[in-house]
Amino acid sequence: MKHETPSIYGVLAEFAGADELVAACKRVKAAGYDKVEAYSPMPVEEAGHALGHKSYLSALIFCGGATGAITGFGMQTWISVFDYPLNVGGRPFFSWPSFIVITFEMTVLFSALTAVIGMIALNGLPQPYHPLFNSAAFERATRNRFFLCIEAADPRFDLAEVKKVLQSTDPLLVEEVPQ
Amino acid sequence: MQPTNDAALQTSTAQPTHDLPVIAPGHTLASITDKITSIVLRRDTPLAWAAGLALASTGLFFLVISIAWLLAKGTGVWGINNEVGWGFAIINFVWWIGIGHAGTLISAILLLLNQQWRTSINRAAEAMTLFAVACAGMFPLLHVGRPWLAFWLFPIPNTMGVWPQFRSPLLWDVFAVSTYATVSALFWFTGLIPDLATLRDQAKNIWAKRIFGMLSLGWRGAAMHWERYEIAYLILAGLSTPLVVSVHTVVSFDFAVSIVPGWHATILPPYFVAGAIYSGFAMVLTLMIPLRSAFGFKDFITDRHLNNMAKVMLATGLIVAYGYVMEAFFAWYSAAPYELAMIHNRMFGAAWKSYWALILFNVAIPQLLWFRGVRLNPMWLFMISIVVNIGMWLERYVIVVTSLERDFMPSAWADYYPTKWDVMLYIGTIGFFFFAFFLFIRFLPSIAIFEMKSLVPRRDAGGAKGSAASSTKEGTHHS
Repeated sequence: MKHETPSIYGVLAEFAGADELVAACKRVKAAGYDKVEAYSPMPVEEAGHALGHKSYLSALIFCGGATGAITGFGMQTWISVFDYPLNVGGRPFFSWPSFIVITFEMTVLFSALTAVIGMIALNGLPQPYHPLFNSAAFERATRNRFFLCIEAADPRFDLAEVKKVLQSTDPLLVEEVPQ
Repeated sequence: MQPTNDAALQTSTAQPTHDLPVIAPGHTLASITDKITSIVLRRDTPLAWAAGLALASTGLFFLVISIAWLLAKGTGVWGINNEVGWGFAIINFVWWIGIGHAGTLISAILLLLNQQWRTSINRAAEAMTLFAVACAGMFPLLHVGRPWLAFWLFPIPNTMGVWPQFRSPLLWDVFAVSTYATVSALFWFTGLIPDLATLRDQAKNIWAKRIFGMLSLGWRGAAMHWERYEIAYLILAGLSTPLVVSVHTVVSFDFAVSIVPGWHATILPPYFVAGAIYSGFAMVLTLMIPLRSAFGFKDFITDRHLNNMAKVMLATGLIVAYGYVMEAFFAWYSAAPYELAMIHNRMFGAAWKSYWALILFNVAIPQLLWFRGVRLNPMWLFMISIVVNIGMWLERYVIVVTSLERDFMPSAWADYYPTKWDVMLYIGTIGFFFFAFFLFIRFLPSIAIFEMKSLVPRRDAGGAKGSAASSTKEGTHHS
């Protein structure tokens, strides 16, 4: 079966190095494309900056940590003062300095869980299928190559125009990625 | 674009390079990927690995037997008695958890301090942490006598209407160690995600592809993902740093908050933390020196790494030595008869051999590390690391046993002798540790691939292996 206009996910360009990728990101961004994503085998901070990526994950982790601190201290206070007051060596029921250690551990635990689960969830993982995995070249994205994809969902997406822009960034390869 | 064109392309982009201090010159993104993934993805299994696993399995067998016997008979099969209630179980618990701390130090504290040399050793060191904490956790769990009721330690609402006692360091320990185990596992898995994706893409076998594909959660290295990933990773490092200090501080509180002579000392928390890092680095060296030879990782785990780890060992060893001196000084300066009796008993009492052996192993022999020749000699370093592992075990033995054997009243004095079940359980955990470590080095990347890639200078990222070597000075030997 042949479709007349096969729907595509986007157009993918491959680069040899991180610097080329960053340059391409800036260029594509300057050309006015918004639905753009860079892919690299290791973190390339400038690429994210060039594409204007921002994450509120740190704020989320802070909230997680604060929840942990309140939970830890609140739990110990409620149990030791109200629900199950126990005289231990004549100490006051609200002997808060001895609650600090567990409060600290709970803060760390909640922050760490928020950091990892938050990172995974905000990234939309686990995601077993992604259109980019249709590209054979994209296997190199976790090896030694750097990729830039302008997605078809971009309002300014025009196949010929997009290909021209990507070709102008000195790529090793430009290809369409099927949906 | 065919993969066969890669070599030509890489050569064309080769550029003069900077100093490469922590990775052998000439490595590219591709060569790092191939080198590390080939160990996991190779089809044949090295015989030495199988032999090592078999030996470790024997230890694992001991573990199963000794736990089964313990559960059938109760803690009476151990050498503990009314006076010395903390025998091998606590000694081994502290020993193992201390070993774990070096992994966290390498992966978290050295990351925050921007020490690039940590990169090639952090993955294996974190795995070591995870397995060491698992070994450590077994001991208190079994020591409670009825491990199936261990959940009573956690604040779980129950029909009896009772709650744990939050003013006890032993309960703090429950929270500290379980948090530490959880955070170590999270840190380790987070670090693995991008490398699992690399394995997914490098694997030829369909099942390997599927399994690594599932484990990697569909990671594809998007810039937005990396952005969040780096935030999460950095914050995990920031959290682990105070956590690791808190864990061994709380372990020392188990001793220091009591009034037992030799335990009730303010020096204990810093002295325990330093001792933990000391023994942990010794264990890292014990594992890394054979690992880098067996897998040909000398390009990644260079002499610089050995040198730096030896220096950390020397520094923490000196802090520990200071702790030993201060223990004796405090006892003398306090003029408290029980403290004086305690230190006299340690040095010249029944356990004098253990005490002086630990001084020899932990203080005297490691002074060899002042010599650069020793630090750069893997064989010497390996032997010293074994000596320190033993010395640190003896230290915990002396602290736990001598203080409990002779405390305040002669009527409460007793001698402690471990039974064969104590010894077997200890050997069993060592077997478990190496069993898990052998599986790890075969089935997961034992060096962090994506972090190693960040060490390759940008201009050289696509460069060919040969072209960069000539322009690189010997940067691996000074630090």
